[in-house]
Amino acid sequence: MAVTGAVMVIFLLAHMLGNVKIFFGRESFNAYAHGLRTLLEPMAPYRLLLTVLEIVLVVSVVAHMWAAISLARRARKARPVKYVAKKSQAGGYTTHIMRFGGVTIVLFVVWHLLDLTFGVVNPKGFDSTPADRMIAGFDASRWWVTLLYVVAVVMIGLHLRHGIWSAFQTLGLANRARYRALKAVAALVSAALVIGFLAPPLAITFGVIK
Amino acid sequence: MNLTLKVWRQSGPSDAGRMVTYRVEDVSPDMSFLEMLDVLNERLILEGDDPVAFDHDCREGICGMCGMVINGVAHGEQRATTTCQLHMRHFEDGATITIEPWRAAPFPVVKDLVVDRSAFDRVIQAGGFVSVPAGSAPDAHSIPVRKEDADDAFDAATCIGCGACVAACPNGSASLFTAAKITHLSLLPQGQPERLSRAKAMVDQMDAEGFGGCTNTGECTAVCPKGIPLDTIAQMNSDYLKANAK
Amino acid sequence: MNYVEGAPIRDTKAPAGPIEERWEKRKFGAKLVNPANKRKLNVIVVGTGLAGGSAAATLGELGYRVKSFCYQDTPRRAHSIAAQGGINAAKNYRGDGDSIYRLFYDTVKGGDFRARESNVYRLAQVSVNIIDQAVAQGVPFAREYGGLLDTRSFGGAQVSRTFYARGQTGQQLLLGAYQALERQIAAGTVEMFTRHEMLDLIVADGRARGVIVRDMVTGEIERHVADAVVLATGGYGNVFFLSTNAKGCNTTAIWRAHERGAYFANPCYTQIHPTCIPVSGEYQSKLTLMSESLRNDGRVWVPLRKGDGRAPGDIPEDERDYYLERIYPAFGNLVPRDIASRAAKNVCDEGRGVGPGGLGVYLDFRDAIGRLGRDAVEKKYGNLFEMYERITGENPYDVPMRIYPAVHYTMGGLWVDYDLQSTIPGLFVIGEANFSDHGANRLGASALMQGLADGYFVLPTTIGDYLAAGPFGEVDEEAVAAAEIKVRSRIDRLLAVNGTRTPDSFHRELGKLMWEYCGMERTEQSLRKALERIPELREEFWRDVKVSGTAEELNQVLEKAGRVADFFDLAELMCLDALVRTESCGGHFRAESQDADGEALRDDETFAHVSAWEYSPEGEPVLHKEPLEYEYVKMTQRSYK
Repeated sequence: MAVTGAVMVIFLLAHMLGNVKIFFGRESFNAYAHGLRTLLEPMAPYRLLLTVLEIVLVVSVVAHMWAAISLARRARKARPVKYVAKKSQAGGYTTHIMRFGGVTIVLFVVWHLLDLTFGVVNPKGFDSTPADRMIAGFDASRWWVTLLYVVAVVMIGLHLRHGIWSAFQTLGLANRARYRALKAVAALVSAALVIGFLAPPLAITFGVIK
Repeated sequence: MNLTLKVWRQSGPSDAGRMVTYRVEDVSPDMSFLEMLDVLNERLILEGDDPVAFDHDCREGICGMCGMVINGVAHGEQRATTTCQLHMRHFEDGATITIEPWRAAPFPVVKDLVVDRSAFDRVIQAGGFVSVPAGSAPDAHSIPVRKEDADDAFDAATCIGCGACVAACPNGSASLFTAAKITHLSLLPQGQPERLSRAKAMVDQMDAEGFGGCTNTGECTAVCPKGIPLDTIAQMNSDYLKANAK
Repeated sequence: MNYVEGAPIRDTKAPAGPIEERWEKRKFGAKLVNPANKRKLNVIVVGTGLAGGSAAATLGELGYRVKSFCYQDTPRRAHSIAAQGGINAAKNYRGDGDSIYRLFYDTVKGGDFRARESNVYRLAQVSVNIIDQAVAQGVPFAREYGGLLDTRSFGGAQVSRTFYARGQTGQQLLLGAYQALERQIAAGTVEMFTRHEMLDLIVADGRARGVIVRDMVTGEIERHVADAVVLATGGYGNVFFLSTNAKGCNTTAIWRAHERGAYFANPCYTQIHPTCIPVSGEYQSKLTLMSESLRNDGRVWVPLRKGDGRAPGDIPEDERDYYLERIYPAFGNLVPRDIASRAAKNVCDEGRGVGPGGLGVYLDFRDAIGRLGRDAVEKKYGNLFEMYERITGENPYDVPMRIYPAVHYTMGGLWVDYDLQSTIPGLFVIGEANFSDHGANRLGASALMQGLADGYFVLPTTIGDYLAAGPFGEVDEEAVAAAEIKVRSRIDRLLAVNGTRTPDSFHRELGKLMWEYCGMERTEQSLRKALERIPELREEFWRDVKVSGTAEELNQVLEKAGRVADFFDLAELMCLDALVRTESCGGHFRAESQDADGEALRDDETFAHVSAWEYSPEGEPVLHKEPLEYEYVKMTQRSYK
């Protein structure tokens, strides 16, 4: 979980930085999207690196989900009889956030791809520039899309707040002296991602970007 | 104080078990939780009923034999306290208290609140020791140990093997127990020769016993009567990964 | 109850010659068992505390086939785990004048000249190996910044020879032994039986050949035979119901062995620990000890005035009586346990006790906090203070602790010779279960030392000498069957009574009786009273006890009833022994035998002997005296003034 999670965190950071380009105008954003596909050209053919990265990402997602499912199954097997009363002593939201949050995030990603990558549920459709799709997608008339997006991104933030320091713990890189720092880093990265991801759609919905 | 108890009764491993409600009256706030159960049991015996079976021995918080989930919390809500050291002054008069056994597949219920924790022994058997036969030891001062290391090792070594960590973990994981022993021995020079093989053997045994995996929820350390720190698990993971990389 | 006097015990098998060479001589003299034969020799070890756990592990390491039994769910729970203070060893790492000889001297003197010199010297010699062994196992003893082991002075010792692991020394040492034991279980040399209780000893052709045990989960009665049996089943302090022992501690194993012919030595020697948390009510199920180390910095006092009801903080300095410092200016608050306990009883008897029922004295840290600062006190005693607060709900940083003496340790036990062998050949007894090396009073931090000395170093050597003649062949089937039938019929009898009182209620009553008549202070009158009451109560027990459930299941009431039944028989012998020993010595204080200052007065002329009692099924117990001779330490009256 830790390794695949780390891959995805790195992806999210890059993705978030790319998104912010929308603030520098449609051209800047479209150029970034095009740039992704022509990375390493002419050494490599069009979209080669991006495809490789996509494959790594898909493998990570699948492996991450597979690990999560097998952990959940092990947990269920380890406690066949449930408690009549059970009260968390450690904040307690972690498991729910990680498990149900994870499911929410998957559903969101499906929608997100249909919307902004393949344009299936986007008013501009697939034959449009990425910036067009983004701006049309978060149009004020489609406020509910933005709302959905906000909920999902916040969920990702919470997921990562536990996930990032948890990855350090799982990889054996944490210790008592580092806990505070690690938890702070996790919170900071999560917050940065949430802000970075929410800024463009909110700006669009509220008409800052047209 | 007068209390209502909802207690898990299960006559044996094959019985399905159920919650049974009892009234206990005239409980003194200075009683320990187990003394309160003693009072109930004395009455049940005289009424010809089967008294509630529960494990206990030292009743001073160190043997690790007692343990029940009280109102949904392993050893009750009082922090860093075993069930035997929990006192009734922490409960309200008229309260209803639910009492359940540790619930985990590797800890099958023997009777009522008594569970079989022999899985822990097998985890220790897998490698939770330093291989040093009696009589073969060098002088104790031949190996100095940094005070900080000795103190940290002690913090981990203070585990009483009660199983509350497993009971509290939403995954039914035994990571804190296993990690405590691995960390104790990992931090000391005496534990170095077997360090990696120990971590691997113990973790593999823990998995083989059917405990769940760790998702770092921190529930274990929150209920641990000895406050075994969570970073023992990081230490275990580190040793385990190194052992597997070899 | 009467008794008859039997032949004295002349030979304890201790080698002659200079005391420092005796153990070496015995080791060399002991026959060796060749490694191939060890695999054919079976040893049963009952109990998994420091003594039993370390013995089973070590015998396994040596290659014997060992079966280990304990009544708990895992061997790691034995009550050695609760020892707080530390373990003595004559390492002299401090260079403060300690030596094997000094530890030997202190132990003989502390035991009030009722221990064997040869045994105590060996204990002091072996003590240094214990520390080495424990450190090599990874026991996290306290260390100094230089990385070397820290020590402290403890319980009346004037040298710093006590090694410790915060307030959990017993736990750490026991886990060391437990891990060694688990290692042998994994190696296949030791077979472990948890939740099994020994209910009888199998003696065939004059040798101990096995045990009858009850599987406490299924109720099945099992027979286990071997070439030798080792009992490491701890002390019998729970005869007082309230003690610092674990709830499960009992005398059944050693009492049944006694019934089979093992002599019981000095049963009246009980140690009352001065610093326990006082009783808070009728429901009290056990007492909790606060480490004696608290007396290093805490000051013990009571109000000067009788029945002074003021809160401790409101009592001005000149109206407090720091009675230990007053009576014993040289040792002050650090006088040995028996003296501190009796002094507390005396001030409470005068009506100056504090807390519920006036059964308590203050242990005050105000001055220590003032002198060292709260942080320093917290560092040293933090976990003990927390424990006190958890139990009493009072914060000892603000309010002085209340303490009262409680039964803590029994120096008496099955008689053993220098080889730790009882009067039944092939039955060895180690740790607190034997009558031990502590004489009439054990020094602080010496119990852990003795348990581990017996288990790691002494028994594994001496048992070889016995086993060298084995294997002893098939066990006489009749003897095994007879023992099993005895066990079964006793269980049936307990279940058949179906009376109106619980085993616990009888135990509580017996305990009160023992505490009152055979506790800290004993008189002829009180003991005669006890000897009259115990048989009556026992008779009532067998007529009116109520044991619910059946024998074929986990039945904690049945377990308890069996143990209480044995406590009755033991209690009677304890009182008889206390009655016969008209002197005061160590933990045994006869009010008739005290000096002008109220101090224990020994009678070396008459009582410089071990009282070893032989069981006789129908008639009266037979008293065998083992004379004690002191060649090295001159017998003197103890004085801590």
